Amino acid sequence: MTALARIRQRDWRSLTRQQLFWPLLILVALLLFNLPFTPNFFSIGVRNGHLYGSLVSILYFGTVPILVALGMTLVIATGGIDLSVGAVMAISGAIACRLISHAADQNSVSLVLEAMGLALLASLAAGLFNGLMVARAGVQPIVATLILMVAGRGIAQLITSGFILTELSKPYGVLGGYAATVPTGVFIVIGFVAVAAVLTRRTALGLLVESVGGNAEASRLAGVRAQRIKVMVYLFCALCAGVAGLWNSSSLGGADANNAGLWIELDAILAVVIGGTPLTGGRFSISGTVVGALILQTLKTTIFTIGIPAQANMVFEAVVVIIICLLQSTDFRRRVARLLRPGAARGRPVGPVGPDGPTAPDQRPAQAAVSPESVEIPS
Amino acid sequence: MTTAKIDARPAAPVPVWTRLLRDPRLPIVVTAALLVVMYAYGSYRYSFDQQVPANLLINNSYLIVAAVGATFVILTGGIDLSIGSLVGFSTVLTGLLVTKNHVPVGLAAVVVLVAGALGGLLMGCMIQYFRVPPFIATLAGLFLFRGLSLMLSKESIPINDKTVASIAQFHISLPGGAFLSVGATVALVVVALAVFVLHYTRFGRQVYAIGGNEQSALLMGLPVARTKIAVYALSGFCSALSGLVFVLYIQSGDPRAAIGMELDAIAAVVIGGTLLTGGFGYVLGSLLGVLVIGLIKTIISDEGTLSSWWIKIGTGALLLLFILLQRTVTARGTRTTR
Amino acid sequence: MAEDFPVLRMTGISKQFPAVRALSGVDFRLYPGEVHALLGENGAGKSTLIKVLTGVYELDEGTVELDGAPVRITSPHHAQQLGISTVYQEVNLCPNLTVAENIFLGRERTSGPVVRWRRTRREAATLVAAFGLEIDVSAQLGSYPLAIQQLVAIVRAVDLNRADGAAGTKVLILDEPTSSLDQDEVEVLFGVIRRLKSAGVAVLFVSHFLDQIYRICDRMTVLRNGRMVGEHMVADLDRVGLVRLMLGRELQQLEELREHDRTATGETVLHAAGLGRRGSIAPFDLDISAGEVVGLAGLLGSGRTELARLVFGADQADSGELTVGGKPVSRRAGPQATISRGIAFCPENRRAEGLIPDLTVRENIILAMQAARGWARPIPRETADRLVARYIAALDIRPADPEATAGSLSGGNQQKVLLARWILTSPKLLVLDEPTRGIDVGAKAEIQKLVVSLAGDGVSVLYISAELDEVLRLSDSIGVLRDRTLVARLTNGPDLTADQIMQTIARGAQS
Repeated sequence: MTALARIRQRDWRSLTRQQLFWPLLILVALLLFNLPFTPNFFSIGVRNGHLYGSLVSILYFGTVPILVALGMTLVIATGGIDLSVGAVMAISGAIACRLISHAADQNSVSLVLEAMGLALLASLAAGLFNGLMVARAGVQPIVATLILMVAGRGIAQLITSGFILTELSKPYGVLGGYAATVPTGVFIVIGFVAVAAVLTRRTALGLLVESVGGNAEASRLAGVRAQRIKVMVYLFCALCAGVAGLWNSSSLGGADANNAGLWIELDAILAVVIGGTPLTGGRFSISGTVVGALILQTLKTTIFTIGIPAQANMVFEAVVVIIICLLQSTDFRRRVARLLRPGAARGRPVGPVGPDGPTAPDQRPAQAAVSPESVEIPS
Repeated sequence: MTTAKIDARPAAPVPVWTRLLRDPRLPIVVTAALLVVMYAYGSYRYSFDQQVPANLLINNSYLIVAAVGATFVILTGGIDLSIGSLVGFSTVLTGLLVTKNHVPVGLAAVVVLVAGALGGLLMGCMIQYFRVPPFIATLAGLFLFRGLSLMLSKESIPINDKTVASIAQFHISLPGGAFLSVGATVALVVVALAVFVLHYTRFGRQVYAIGGNEQSALLMGLPVARTKIAVYALSGFCSALSGLVFVLYIQSGDPRAAIGMELDAIAAVVIGGTLLTGGFGYVLGSLLGVLVIGLIKTIISDEGTLSSWWIKIGTGALLLLFILLQRTVTARGTRTTR
Repeated sequence: MAEDFPVLRMTGISKQFPAVRALSGVDFRLYPGEVHALLGENGAGKSTLIKVLTGVYELDEGTVELDGAPVRITSPHHAQQLGISTVYQEVNLCPNLTVAENIFLGRERTSGPVVRWRRTRREAATLVAAFGLEIDVSAQLGSYPLAIQQLVAIVRAVDLNRADGAAGTKVLILDEPTSSLDQDEVEVLFGVIRRLKSAGVAVLFVSHFLDQIYRICDRMTVLRNGRMVGEHMVADLDRVGLVRLMLGRELQQLEELREHDRTATGETVLHAAGLGRRGSIAPFDLDISAGEVVGLAGLLGSGRTELARLVFGADQADSGELTVGGKPVSRRAGPQATISRGIAFCPENRRAEGLIPDLTVRENIILAMQAARGWARPIPRETADRLVARYIAALDIRPADPEATAGSLSGGNQQKVLLARWILTSPKLLVLDEPTRGIDVGAKAEIQKLVVSLAGDGVSVLYISAELDEVLRLSDSIGVLRDRTLVARLTNGPDLTADQIMQTIARGAQS
């Protein structure tokens, strides 16, 4: 497919080789790490009419992390963050399950579609709330999305009346099950990733998002409707979370408002950061996020299959995150370089002292600390 | 030589209403007012006796201590997501030391506090020297300490130590018949100390300065790096202390304790009027914030007919209200067009 | 009241940056108890000299002597310890703390670890009073206007070393202290400066407000293009001579680039009536016809950028009305509205307000055009590539790589990228704010030729530049600004000389 190839090529070109290299390497290393312990790690068999194996398991359970991280990528690209995705997942699953489980005929396809539609509508409403708070009211994204993170879970519990709802709908179950032996989640993920890739690289949306994240003021002066863009990314993020919530509840066969999507936002943020999108916004990488989410999921699966107690999961995740963050930190690299090359004295970064030009209102340079080399043309 | 007199009033007179809205102390005043109103409502509806406010303090003492630590960090413009994990870790460590290794309680407490401070120090160094964003650094801390807790002990470790039990049951009587627990007293002492440090020591003023304008603080010659790292170490220490108080509460070491507590702490700090951007806020506000959240829980549980999820919704709604209020305080001066 | 020996002597200072030589062999001396003005236009080297003096930059060549002893200043903190204090235009204080706290931040009066607020406040009040000021030291600094904050910064700066037993402040550098002050506030500041003078402090007064310099300063040093072109007693050099020194003009006609008569077509592209913004620029009227090049002349801080930003809609005007291409534009409308009506704006601060540094050259160039089309209608890749290649070639953007990161380009090339971006939108009016600042000579000429050709195509240009020769060369008419007011509109012609413009600028400096 030329379009896909071109997308891939553009994505590849717009990433410096460094960025995707390390995450991919770590992913491959992790996968290979399993071999000594689980020689048949890469084997794929068929069981119960669907594919089965560790790799399949990674793809199956990776559905939610990849989806949520995908939505999170665009939000982070604009310099924001969304802590409410877990709660949105819970709300989405709760609405769908409640509608389905209370219906007379749970197997009615139209019912299922209606339920899913309503659930996604609710997710979009949540996204709209977040977007308006950040873009219009100018509230910091952490705080704005914290509201729904707290209240949203309560809303989800309200919808399920505190119970764990169960449903027995066959059509709904397809979502979290398998289609043509492959986990449906894979198709969903591919679909969303493709849509996201097309939306961001085939339309101007990607450019505008990166522009807003890279320098919001300059974008504004260039005529970019920064507010509109920000609302759109929060809408998309919530939609992804909503779909993830549907998948999750379908896979479990019910809705648990307490635990659905619990702490998924943290994993999602980590996946985005590992994938090379900086928290400060700007250049984003969808493929990087996918790889990042896969790394985290592979880590979990590896720990599980090797037999390391699941508790160690979090410690390993922490170590991986710390290593990657340090590698990405220029200060770290500089200090390591200096350690390895003593006597390489550089000008230490000192804060900017006074503007170079005439008064410019509300102005703060993008980079805070400057060393003499990085200063443009001084007056 | 002319002596010029300068009028303190700004050039263009600002309407009283606007000036009121712009005062950074407004949110904390509103919080206090809200607390009073809620308390009056609860008192009227459920006939609170004098033990109720004391119980508020007792039941939320650990959160108060943690919120104090969070306040320091947030005042510098940072954030600490590792609070809950450090609390859980501290309880597990206490349980291990006291129950499994029969270490005297006092010594165990010291070890735990030092461990917490070191954990905070580690994150602070990552943030300051390697410029890792506080969100990510403390998020890594969240995972690390929670994971370590789970690795140290899969299950809850009961603490049957007599000393601990007697401390937990110790009542400090107050005039009027009510009583406070040791935990509550510790919380109040911590708050008092924090107020002192923040308002009567150079270090405290430097915390505010960094939050106000870190660039300026640097140029003014303040030891910014040292202060920032110290603040995270302090938060780690408070989390550990909060863990110790929590141990009195649950009388065990639980690796799953306090999951998500950092968000409660941050919410309390925000409700208490401290700005997440740093430089503005009071520890007393955070105390009030915790009490507000605690009071909501009390009223809802006393109501009986309301379900627990209304607590979450109520807290979220309160957060929304306060955040919008904060926006009106700080939002002046957006002079540019849309 | 200058003594014989300079408290500060800088000799042969040179500072090189990758793209430009900021200072070449600059000599500078400062005597105790004198107020010394440091003058020069943008790019002259003023800021760099100050930063070398305060330890922000390391000098490449030259020596600095303080009280006769050579010193190597390694950091702002070190400079402070040596007795060189600086108060910046930005007023680097903490607005969330009180006045007293700011004055004593880091060295509050304590007994043991405990801060003694009453004593601190009392001492702060004493200090403030010693400067002849009446400020409530318990009030939050941020509640005071910038003028007061500046004075507080001065109080802090001057008192800094006394408590530590060191020599006390010898040199006080005031960097553009009056840019945001009104007349009365300036008086107060001058009162403070006079006190400092009599106390023996040397004050380095960096400013471009000529009338103030003539009122308060004893001596002045003029920099141009990184060199010291003159050190004079203020009494010895009149205003016109000074402006000439700063702008480097001979009093002669400047060659005009235009080869043909360009009469404005008469169709009004821009009509602004009473457009103004409090604290930024006084209400002005401005009419621009199609194909007309209007230059804005005036010194730094005279309001040229502010005027341009109001016209473009980057800032919100408080008063007046704006019509573009016959259609009115609401005062509250943002850049999208003016862009859609055909205005383009190249801001002066390309890094902060122009470029998106992490995006590529191609993306930066097509940004405005793409934003105008909306997100749903992307510019086809082939078209974009073709256009970008064309502009890279036409403007000679180097490196000629559309995929290069914009932030890595030199200043001149970044400017060209911005120009490309806006010309691509086929604007009716192109507003250029200091487009040739910090650009090499060759590129300067290219940009000016571009402006001429655009005008020939019917595009109007609002051209802001500190380089009078450019303004004269290109403009059909010239708006002169001083002290945030548009004071004159001069028609350009063979009779208009740079000298006349300078006189208009300089004359306005007399109150």
